[in-house]
Amino acid sequence: MTTLEAVRRRAESDARTYGYVLNPDSKFLVDLIEGLKTNEDRYGYPSCPCRLASGVFELDRDIICPCDYRDPDVQEYGYCFCGLFIRKDIIEENKPIESIPERRPQEKIALAHVPASQRVEKPAEVVPALTAIPLKTKLKMWYCKQCGYVVFREEPPFICPICKAKKEMFEEIRATIYLGA
Amino acid sequence: MKIVKVNGKKRSHKIFMYAISTCAWCKRTKQFLKDNNVEFEYVDVDLCDDEDKEKVEKEITRRGGRLSYPTLIVDDKTLITGYKEDRISEALEL
Repeated sequence: MTTLEAVRRRAESDARTYGYVLNPDSKFLVDLIEGLKTNEDRYGYPSCPCRLASGVFELDRDIICPCDYRDPDVQEYGYCFCGLFIRKDIIEENKPIESIPERRPQEKIALAHVPASQRVEKPAEVVPALTAIPLKTKLKMWYCKQCGYVVFREEPPFICPICKAKKEMFEEIRATIYLGA
Repeated sequence: MKIVKVNGKKRSHKIFMYAISTCAWCKRTKQFLKDNNVEFEYVDVDLCDDEDKEKVEKEITRRGGRLSYPTLIVDDKTLITGYKEDRISEALEL
């Protein structure tokens, strides 16, 4: 079991790394930290408190905090889906914070609503749907021209987690990679 | 499905809310309704069993909603996704 303090420290450290701040509304922040702790105790990983997790790590990977949608959401709206991470200018301008639209694909969310028993009993139906997601996405390799950080994902990060360089500083590494045997 | 009823003096609209127990926006929406003394019912979807989760998914999508929480259904017709104080106030004539 993790502690609320550990969850908070991790969020603070992550916010610092990416140049964000945590929600200044202390009651709201406590709700989020408690939600993350509950999910970590429940599933073994801190999935987003404002989303329905399936409890299957592979299916929930994209919503483990900080989720895959955080940086594009912070870029577009100024804060992430659950309102934990906020851009500094939003705080400085004292802009009101409301729910933002869900960026996570609906088909991924729908999978969290599929009974676990169905996933086990009907692998023929469920497995293709699950494996279709990673196959559809074309993962590329990117490197930060400023610090050399290398990342393997669909799009380059919005901000380099190491040196804070912007997205534009990332360039694709074109190489043939053989996955698996 | 474990539906929780919150009593309130304002009962002119039927309000049903799909929520997540850990979600801060859902908590804020519940509090907003309580503060306005509005009677409503809700279900925490993450605490539902598998069968009920599937029912919730079908129900939200059948109504043309997006799978996102909180989702409020006002008078069986107006669907509000997310914590949007203005839209909730308008729909409930607060």
